[in-house]
Amino acid sequence: MELLAQAASGADQIAFGEAISSGFAYGLAAIGPGIGIGYLVGQSVQAMARQPEAAGMVRTTMFLGIAFTEALALIGFVVFILLKFA
Amino acid sequence: MSDTFVTRLDGPAPEQEIAGDMVRRALPVIPLVLALSFAVWGVNGALSSSYAIALVLVNFVFAAALLAWSARISLALLMAAALGGFLIRLALISVAILAVKDAAWVELMPLGITLIVTHLGLLIWETRYVSASLAFPGLKPRPSVGSSPENKR
Repeated sequence: MELLAQAASGADQIAFGEAISSGFAYGLAAIGPGIGIGYLVGQSVQAMARQPEAAGMVRTTMFLGIAFTEALALIGFVVFILLKFA
Repeated sequence: MSDTFVTRLDGPAPEQEIAGDMVRRALPVIPLVLALSFAVWGVNGALSSSYAIALVLVNFVFAAALLAWSARISLALLMAAALGGFLIRLALISVAILAVKDAAWVELMPLGITLIVTHLGLLIWETRYVSASLAFPGLKPRPSVGSSPENKR
């Protein structure tokens, strides 16, 4: 019985570790792109406010930059679901 | 420098043009991705890949619509919409995937791989096009009506 209890607690600990680590992976993967998008958009808005005539070009590159940065968060999310549920 | 709270950007929205381009470029590639997914993971893999492609395209279109809408109001709202939109879209993608993760037709591996590959592939494809058009804006000039015969050589 003691062995069973130890095995159960070991399995629980592994499940606990998996849940914590996958949660941290997703959270950390979302923080980086958040900072990146904030910086990117802040600089883009500043550029558009200084030179409204260049807004079209700035918006184009800003949108692509946002989407590229967001890919990092998506990769983190995919790693999370594969770690946790696959 | 003009005030970001009152400056607004009227006119055509380049974000929506880019998102529309991406959807147009994705259409011929979708059968190829689905066939590949079907060959490796079977019917469930193809269904999961199609779900992932739909998520990626909706994500692009929603992001473009949000940015275009906010840019017509003010630059400050554009900034808020970009960062808030990132959180909202990430949450929506999470909910959309977690909602179906236990469904019988879902294979998580092709779903995840297609999500990343489609997102990055379409972006790289579009960036290649956009960077070429920004670097060489006069690459395909329209023929002028009154051009002289010397210029037509």
